[in-house]
Amino acid sequence: MAIAFSVNGKPVSVEADADTPLLWALRDDLGLTGTKFGCGIAACGACSVHVDGNLTRSCSVPLGEVAGKAVTTIEGLKSADGVLHKVQAAWIEAQVPQCGYCQSGQIMAAVALIEKVGTPSDAQIDEAMTNICRCGTYPRIRKAILAATGAAAAQQGDA
Amino acid sequence: MADNPNPDIELPEAEAPAAKPKRKGIKRRIFLAGSALVVGGGIFGVWWTDSSVKAKANALIGGEGKHAFGSVMTIAVDDTVTMFSPHIDFGQGSHTALAQMLADELDAKWDKVAIEQAPADMAFANGALAKGFLPTMTGDFAAGLIPDAVIGMMARSMPLMITGGSSAIRFTGEVAMRRTGAAVRAALIAEAADRLGVPESELATADSLVTHAKSGKSLRYGELAAGAAGRSLSSDPVLKTREQWKLIGTGVPRRDIPSKVDGSAVYGIDFTLPEMRVATIAAAPVRGGTLESVDEAPALAVKGVEKVIKLPDAVVVVGKGYWPATKGLQALSPKFSDGGHGAVSTPAIYAAQAKLMAGGKANNEAGEGDVDGAFKAPGAKLVEAEYRVPFLHHAMMEPFALTGHFKDGKLTIWGGLQDPLSTRVKAAKAAGIDVENVTFVPMIMGGGFGRRFPDIVEIIDQIALVAKQVPYPVKLVWSREQEVTHGSYRPQSSAKLSASLKGGAITAMRIDYAQSGNAEGEVPFIYTLPATSRRHFAYQSNQIDGPWRSVNATQLGFYTESFMDELALAAGADPYEFRRKHLSEGSRHQKVLDEVAKRAGWGTPLPAATGRGIAIVESFDTIVAEVVEVALKEDGSPRVVRAFAVVDCGTTVNPLNAEAQIAGGLIMGLSSAMGEAVTLDKGAVVQSNFADYPILKLADAPPAVDVHFLDSGAKTGGIGEPGLPPASPALANALAALTGKRIRNLPVLTQARA
Repeated sequence: MAIAFSVNGKPVSVEADADTPLLWALRDDLGLTGTKFGCGIAACGACSVHVDGNLTRSCSVPLGEVAGKAVTTIEGLKSADGVLHKVQAAWIEAQVPQCGYCQSGQIMAAVALIEKVGTPSDAQIDEAMTNICRCGTYPRIRKAILAATGAAAAQQGDA
Repeated sequence: MADNPNPDIELPEAEAPAAKPKRKGIKRRIFLAGSALVVGGGIFGVWWTDSSVKAKANALIGGEGKHAFGSVMTIAVDDTVTMFSPHIDFGQGSHTALAQMLADELDAKWDKVAIEQAPADMAFANGALAKGFLPTMTGDFAAGLIPDAVIGMMARSMPLMITGGSSAIRFTGEVAMRRTGAAVRAALIAEAADRLGVPESELATADSLVTHAKSGKSLRYGELAAGAAGRSLSSDPVLKTREQWKLIGTGVPRRDIPSKVDGSAVYGIDFTLPEMRVATIAAAPVRGGTLESVDEAPALAVKGVEKVIKLPDAVVVVGKGYWPATKGLQALSPKFSDGGHGAVSTPAIYAAQAKLMAGGKANNEAGEGDVDGAFKAPGAKLVEAEYRVPFLHHAMMEPFALTGHFKDGKLTIWGGLQDPLSTRVKAAKAAGIDVENVTFVPMIMGGGFGRRFPDIVEIIDQIALVAKQVPYPVKLVWSREQEVTHGSYRPQSSAKLSASLKGGAITAMRIDYAQSGNAEGEVPFIYTLPATSRRHFAYQSNQIDGPWRSVNATQLGFYTESFMDELALAAGADPYEFRRKHLSEGSRHQKVLDEVAKRAGWGTPLPAATGRGIAIVESFDTIVAEVVEVALKEDGSPRVVRAFAVVDCGTTVNPLNAEAQIAGGLIMGLSSAMGEAVTLDKGAVVQSNFADYPILKLADAPPAVDVHFLDSGAKTGGIGEPGLPPASPALANALAALTGKRIRNLPVLTQARA
């Protein structure tokens, strides 16, 4: 069956079973491979996207539930004229990624957090940023989030 | 190598004694790749002057307006310098650092330097190493398939195309990249001198320009490239001194990062081709088991499933996408044998290891002095402790995925692996075709940590077999469950440490450990004691014991550095001071230890309910000491609140990246110590995904890691791995300081399981 929704502002229609996870529609059907497969059980967050503005682990959301909704992926964070989102820019400035595989999901989680609370505290970052990074980039993730929200000056230390 | 009379030329070490029993193909190759290198001007010269190698490399990387220098780099007419890295970069940042080393010696303009992955071709491999060490490093099967003529004509100062052993910078960078940059710079100067009719001594280089100050004339590297490429290159060029470095030692941003923040980086799992299908796999739950039977019908009834393929030990479902293939696989009820390993379990392995050590018949022994005599000496206080560590999963975030296309007798494979050349050899063998008919296209990788060495990667054989059975390209993707249950784990290992104390000092120490591999020669024992004994008891289960970031230094570091704290306690001494007095006075180790103590404020009062622990481990020629401060959360589980690392890796090429590697290694070490364990029951792995194999998350990681480098100028050491080993003993030592309870079995959170 064809399921219609929008991705990064553009209407799309995917011919797939309603139980197909959104992740695989994005990757295999729409060719948007910036959203990653890590675990398939919503444990790692590598597949994080926004659905109607809400942070969502796309490996565990059936396509049927996405019908008619607006999906934003990592590819959709830049502005129309190609300017990086401030969180992406902060990620480059802080040189966060190592292998980089989890970073799409980390960035989507960070953007959702900032959109929700504005300037997150350390405790809010702890609570919200639950994506797994095997390379251990967490200190720089924290630093980049604080920098993106202008809170970097308050942060001691570096890593 | 301490007695090597010429520090510029590393002498090959004798092959380390192999563990017994030894699984075929499972070798301690990280260690060998890292420690046994043959380099030097003479060999390098052979490579420079070999016309067939030059021609092959030029054909592969040269082209319109681009001039190749060996197989390392090209200069284009527009001044662009492109470096071809034989190492892959899976997050460790070595591509950028290697380019810094090349560009610095070359005096190239940094923003005109590009980085590319070298093609998987023998023209980019190290013949000198191949000759002596290929059988050890890649397995006999690979050695036999590469003709002697090919090995003989290559001589290149890098360990084939292997990435591992923290070797890229300390070997490839120090030898190949710096030397090539300097030699090409000399050729550019010679070319400019001829063109301008001036002596070479009057010419200077900077920012990709050769300048003649007297006349004010200058020539761009792009203008000189064609002529310079035709000149013979010096095999022993003059290298810059440390004071002359401009790029080495600076934290230039990594080149790969922009593509990793906007989703545009294409990893192996992201690769697609027209008409490509996607497959997934379930292998025998008990490693060593085989596929007995499977009814294919339930899978074929799933919409989008096209084919079920039986492999000797696995079943594969091919579909239009990963989801249909997964649904098809889940519909199957394959029957597997247990290969006779049905009785293997985690407690049984520990029991077998304890029995081996109790038997006292070691497979390998090293050390010096009379340990038994010191233990029995009057007045000696004997301290003993036993430690255990479990199998660990690499948990690279990108699950294995290789795309294969078999057409007209030729196989092409796309994906990410740590050694492109032996990937080709392994795939050729599995497919039953000549290695010349296999092309491998290396792609970037979502982590590796030791998991992606071809001889422990079954998906290479699997994609070769699957691609041969379908008329279209096919991408085989492992589920996370397949990853967790079919890893090549850090070995499960047990140890018994004993030492005698007299007058507050250690008079002798014995380290007995049981596991697959012998760590002697790989993990140095850093303390200076009157008598030491290290005894390896070889034990092999049905699992594949693989190299896991920092290899044997993780468990050996945990054993030794936990025990040093126990000895300090028994001697009534401060753990820092106790270590210090057993390290050689004025040694690099002592300086690293002193610096971390200073930075961490060792001995200063701590906040309430906080413990502090210290540890120091040397691995891959780099010395790292760490201090962690730990507190307990409301549920009683630990959280590291502050962390410090001091590193002596000789020279830090890119401090910004090196800091990230050390901090990341420390956090991965904390993660493994805190909650990670792969356990076995009835021969099969119990855990299946991140729900029961917990990786440390941001909230439980230290908010920042204070990383400091002592640039001692000693032989350049590795940076990707050495940050990890001190973390777990530092954590255990901090917890003991806080709670009084010594943790001897990892992981911390699930000791009951062990």
